[in-house]
Amino acid sequence: MRELICIECPRGCRLLAEKTENGVNVTGNFCPKGKAYAQAELTEPRRVLTSTVRAKDCMVPVKTDRPVKKELIFALMQKIRGAKLLKNAEIGDIIIENIDGEGTNLVAAAPYTAEK
Amino acid sequence: MNRDIVVIGGGPAGLAAAIAAYDAGCKNVLVVERESEAGGVLKQCIHSGFGLTRFGENLTGPEYAHRFLAEAEKRGIEILKNTFVTGLSAQKEVTCMNESGIFRIRAKAVILAMGCRERSKGALNIAGTRPAGLLSAGTAQKYVNIKGLLPGKRVVILGSGDIGLIMARRLTLEGAKVLCVCEIMPHSSGLRRNIAQCLDDFGIPLYLSHTIVEIEGDTRASGVTVAAVDENKNPVPGTEKHFDCDTVLFSVGLIPENELTKRAGLRLDGRTKGAFVDGDRETQIEGIFACGNVLHVHDLVDFVSEEAEIAGRAAAAYVRGGEKQKELIPAECGENVSYILPQSVNKKESGAQKLFFRVKRALKNAVIEAETGAGTKVFRRIAVAPGEMENIVLSAEELVNAQKVKISVRGEQR
Ligand SMILES: Cc1cc2nc3c(=O)[nH]c(=O)nc-3n(C[C@H](O)[C@H](O)[C@H](O)COP(=O)(O)OP(=O)(O)OC[C@H]3O[C@@H](n4cnc5c(N)ncnc54)[C@H](O)[C@@H]3O)c2cc1C
Ligand code: SF4
Repeated sequence: MRELICIECPRGCRLLAEKTENGVNVTGNFCPKGKAYAQAELTEPRRVLTSTVRAKDCMVPVKTDRPVKKELIFALMQKIRGAKLLKNAEIGDIIIENIDGEGTNLVAAAPYTAEK
Repeated sequence: MNRDIVVIGGGPAGLAAAIAAYDAGCKNVLVVERESEAGGVLKQCIHSGFGLTRFGENLTGPEYAHRFLAEAEKRGIEILKNTFVTGLSAQKEVTCMNESGIFRIRAKAVILAMGCRERSKGALNIAGTRPAGLLSAGTAQKYVNIKGLLPGKRVVILGSGDIGLIMARRLTLEGAKVLCVCEIMPHSSGLRRNIAQCLDDFGIPLYLSHTIVEIEGDTRASGVTVAAVDENKNPVPGTEKHFDCDTVLFSVGLIPENELTKRAGLRLDGRTKGAFVDGDRETQIEGIFACGNVLHVHDLVDFVSEEAEIAGRAAAAYVRGGEKQKELIPAECGENVSYILPQSVNKKESGAQKLFFRVKRALKNAVIEAETGAGTKVFRRIAVAPGEMENIVLSAEELVNAQKVKISVRGEQR
């Protein structure tokens, strides 16, 4: 039995999750997202990673376009720190393709204009 | 210069208010923003968790801001950037300062949307020197996310406000070692989900009922002493722990930025630290409205946008038709309610009205009573907490004979 806090919305439900033969048993969730979260936490925890990449004259916010494996987060941060944005970008434009080897992209979370 | 509406501050509140005023038919709107870009504090909040209520999507702060910036741009709403508002009179004359000098704008209506700033208290009554390396969590956020600079390598955070929690994770991801978060209260002031995803995920300890008693270092911070506190928040001898660190972040709360509000002659509510407003978010001066964090500190920007739209629409109606007929009744804080916004309600309003409030203590199976003098309406919540703003809705029929709205909350200890 594991106690978890659902991070999917500000309500922050307290969840009780237990692995059983036919999956994960979850209580305490106010909505279905909590159940899915607890199931993932007990099998393969994932997080959306947000950070910034260096552009010529400023930092540009970025995020992974879907949750990545939690254990990969520091390795992905290394890649993000090494990246440099040299061209214009709109929100959603891919900055690093397939950053986690599973098809997740790192995308811009704000527009960037190289020449102002 | 003359304008129908001047919005002071181009954060999420100012932008949403300007857009709503424009859509309500008042096209002559100007937003004045002191920074080089609009978007307010969301520009530096690069984490996700914004917009779930508003858009049903999990957005980062910059993405949320850009939704509104794009809407403002589509309408051609003018945003005067790099311009500081230095004065505001009760006659709605706005004094501005920028590169081209000092100038005044006469407005028919003004919307205050200056946001909030971080409290600096907390840092004041700690023994020791004042070396470099002490900064507020929000300042650290700006360093890391806007400037790309790491403020230090070994960090202790005082206060468990959300910005501090978010920064604990952010600094860890950027390679700093966050040694602990100390909170003087027996409970965290930040959201539970932020404790889970910002501290627990990275094994950062949270010491409740603990504070920093001494900061060491000559030119740069070199360490802190942390101790447990008793019920009266006094350090308990013998509980001291020492941490070597080069940086101390303070995350001890936010306070509405109300210099201009006071300049106009408006009184502030001691509970919200913002102006007194009615349901339209109109202040005690006709034609001056307020919304967002300048009015009361919100936890969710989604509610900031909603509140700003109320103010924007009401300001447009004021410009068009002058002050409307109002019969104001007070909103009174009953048991376990620390503040209510708005502070007064127009009982002649034709539609339903939403009242926002905060509770003093965390309770479960909460029963909320709204007593109007003409009847009592009961609402129920599974759980309430001081860090989570609550709201109730009263219909026009429920308000028409009311003399007041007194909100009380009872429940079981959580
Ligand atoms: C450091 C910090 C971090 C935060 N992090 C989060 C978070 O992670 N999640 C969350 O939900 N909320 C967060 N908040 C709360 C956040 O402020 C609100 O959600 C939201 O941004 C409030 O919008 P606003 O428009 O009222 O204020 P702001 O975003 O603060 O915007 C106010 C604007 O007014 C401008 N301004 C102020 N005074 C003047 C003047 N005299 N002349 C001209 N312009 C002026 C400012 O430059 C600013 O652009 C944070 C707040 C702070 C201070
Ligand atoms: S279970 Fe649903 S309501 Fe509860 S925190 Fe998770 S997402 Fe929010």
